[in-house]
Amino acid sequence: MPLLSLRALTRRFGQTLALDRLDLDVAAGEFLTLLGGSGSGKSTLLRVVAGFETADSGAVLLEGRDLSGVPPHARPLNMMFQSYALFPHMNVAANVAYGLRRDGVPRAERDARVGQALAMVGLEGFGGRLPHRLSGGQRQRVALARALVKRPRLLLLDEPLGALDANLRERTGFELRALQRETGAAFIMVTHDQQEALALADRVAVLEHGRVVQLGPPRAVYDRPATRFVAQFLGAANVLEGRPDGAGGFDCPGLGATLRPEGALPPGTAACALRPERIALRPLAEGPNSAEGVVEEVAFRGDDSLLLVRAGGGALLRVGHAEEDGAPPPRGATVRLGWEAASVVPLAG
Amino acid sequence: MRPLLLRALPLALPGLWLALLVAAPLLVVLALAFAWPTESVPPIAPPWGAEGPNIEPFALVLEDPFYHAAFAQAALVAAGTAALCLLLGFPMAIGLARATPAWRLPLLMAVLLPFWTGFLPRLGAWIGLLRDEGWINTLLQSLGLIADPLPLLYSWPALFLGMAHAYLPFAVLPLYASLSRRDPAVEEAAADLGATPWAVFRTITLPLAAPGAAAAFLLVFIPAMGEYVIPELLGPPGAQLVGRVLWQEFFQNRDWPVAAALAVLLLLALLLPILLFQRLEARR
Amino acid sequence: MARLGLALGLGFLWLPVLLLAGYAFSESRIPFQWGGFSLRWFAALAENERLLEAAWLSLRVALGSATLAVLLGGATGWVLARRGSFRGRALFGVLAGAPLVLPDVVMGLSLLLLFVLLEGATGWPAGRGATTILLAHATIGAAYVVVLAQARLAEMAPELEEAARDLGAGPATAFATITLPLMAPSLAAGWLLAFTLSLDDVVVASFVSGPAGTTLPMVVFSMLRLGLTPEVNALAVVILAVAALGGGLALLALRGLRRL
Repeated sequence: MPLLSLRALTRRFGQTLALDRLDLDVAAGEFLTLLGGSGSGKSTLLRVVAGFETADSGAVLLEGRDLSGVPPHARPLNMMFQSYALFPHMNVAANVAYGLRRDGVPRAERDARVGQALAMVGLEGFGGRLPHRLSGGQRQRVALARALVKRPRLLLLDEPLGALDANLRERTGFELRALQRETGAAFIMVTHDQQEALALADRVAVLEHGRVVQLGPPRAVYDRPATRFVAQFLGAANVLEGRPDGAGGFDCPGLGATLRPEGALPPGTAACALRPERIALRPLAEGPNSAEGVVEEVAFRGDDSLLLVRAGGGALLRVGHAEEDGAPPPRGATVRLGWEAASVVPLAG
Repeated sequence: MRPLLLRALPLALPGLWLALLVAAPLLVVLALAFAWPTESVPPIAPPWGAEGPNIEPFALVLEDPFYHAAFAQAALVAAGTAALCLLLGFPMAIGLARATPAWRLPLLMAVLLPFWTGFLPRLGAWIGLLRDEGWINTLLQSLGLIADPLPLLYSWPALFLGMAHAYLPFAVLPLYASLSRRDPAVEEAAADLGATPWAVFRTITLPLAAPGAAAAFLLVFIPAMGEYVIPELLGPPGAQLVGRVLWQEFFQNRDWPVAAALAVLLLLALLLPILLFQRLEARR
Repeated sequence: MARLGLALGLGFLWLPVLLLAGYAFSESRIPFQWGGFSLRWFAALAENERLLEAAWLSLRVALGSATLAVLLGGATGWVLARRGSFRGRALFGVLAGAPLVLPDVVMGLSLLLLFVLLEGATGWPAGRGATTILLAHATIGAAYVVVLAQARLAEMAPELEEAARDLGAGPATAFATITLPLMAPSLAAGWLLAFTLSLDDVVVASFVSGPAGTTLPMVVFSMLRLGLTPEVNALAVVILAVAALGGGLALLALRGLRRL
């Protein structure tokens, strides 16, 4: 049985559907990231599971038990808020102890568990500090300790790294991952940052318009995006419009070439995705899966360069150019492009 | 869903208070403006008695030029006070906004504290300054500038001085708030683009302060319009502002219905400035 | 320019008050004339039965009305800030703001008429005095408390209460452990403001009090009507000191808000 099951969850705010008959199962001990743009319903989903919003219809089942009608304080799961929501009038230890106190945990045990939780997030000795005397990273850890100290089987995290600066973010991400393994709790983490979503998760669920449009391990979702939205949202793939040529290829007038995926082209293919880093600046094979274009812009990005190449048919392609392949062609150069058949991903919608 | 009773419970205390002590008195004052004056205690017979409602009080207040003058005087005094407060308050607010952060709070307290020091004591101070044997007259006489004391107290200038003194903080605070909210770089940008200090003030500072100034004007005007104590203690006998007239109708003439009618009309007169003020606040 | 304006304005605000305070310590029988340092007028105050009685009444009314104001205004502010939309919310807001904009004479007259009608219909309040003044002052003070409490709650993230709920606190516990402590500085400031307003009010009190209830400002007002005496001068200094103390404390309480 999955730890958490969401069944046909629907929540409407006025005219907009924040959740649209959404189904999702989360296994015990799993790290799931919910990835989506603003308004995709990812935060609403967390708030419905935590009990702060009521779904218009559908069910939230935790270990098979229906949570509808159960108020937030009686739900055996915890949440870490994007703003951290640390109680400003309580010191760190009191913040962490708050949930244990509500459960009537005796003082000695409470103190011990608060100490453990603070040690777990590397904040020993900070118990007496007030939140406003902490750095952003420290506050984040207190919020995490406070949510984990009750040893929930399920932890909801709303953009837990969102308020941190870039170099702290990577380190904290690894720590989150380690904490999740250590505690064995299932984590559902909401994020709009695709790198974060891919790096931390066992599975990624991509949300759009209140529905899960793709669910799977990070590599699978990245390599085989199911829809145009996923392809562009994750890794900013080139989405090439066209139509099947009836001979197993996909005619793309903007490219002035034919794309030929591995295997048969599924019926109803409306576009194909092609990742920038999978495009080489030389034809890999004769015939299909190669094109010609003019370099319009070259942007150096450190470990690689991004080229904007205007293809013969007028389409503008994003092309990655790795440093080890030498200096990128200059602006205005005419280049030949090529890619593997395996890199062509047919998109349905 | 929690039971309805549980959800309604927190509304009970505020609801009871607002209904009984805010809404009910306003309805009562409106109703009793149609009551009959009597010689009994209390000197009033309700409009739902045998005689029916009495339209005399409203008719009197609406027709008698004495009451028209009371409203006109009050409006003029309130507007004059508000203008005076803006004139005095604007440089103060600019000074506050430009003060260094360390100075800002002490200065702000200095503006606020007299406001907290008791209304009557401050009026007492003005009486002591302005009356015939008061500080100013004594000073001028001892300097040999005047032979006889000037009739400073119980005059229009005394009235405006007292009003401005009482209401100045009402004007300074919103002005300061609107000035300090603004990005100081806009004035530097104007200077960078070639504006002289005076041009910066005229084209940037003043227009940006306009909504704050309007709010400040109304914030003084609204309470000043119904003022009773200051005209009574500092003003000339001829200063028959509506607040003072209402007081006299109630306490001296014991004509409660006319006092009630005056209260209703004063409220109506204030409705427009109040709504204007709310629109200004909502826009910010 | 602006600095000069600020100095002039502050001088205008402070000079009369400071002169008054200084001359209260003058021996001279004529106010605002220096006759050497003396505390005789303060001593005279301490012997004035009528004044002391009025001061005692004012103090009791101010304490009671400030406390009631915090209760009413705090609850109303919370309802307006945290209860989302409910039927009649707009009316709630308008009514709660009304005492702030109504002229004192209108406030006083309308409350008096209500009390008179109520007494005629139900026998309560029997006569007018401390109770009616207290209720009137609490109403005015509560309107200010509403503003302060609402502003405080508006800047306080609702997630704090949600976090408490998430950690196992029921609605009442979350309110008691999170909302109330965080509202406390604004309620303290509101209490002091209501207290000061009550001690300062003469108009509303004059309307709603009866023969038995003469507050200190009412006494001062009637004395000032006859002109200034050294006694009033000294009394003014006492009021000034008490009010300034209250005002200073309220400002400190509001400053305390920033740290949270």
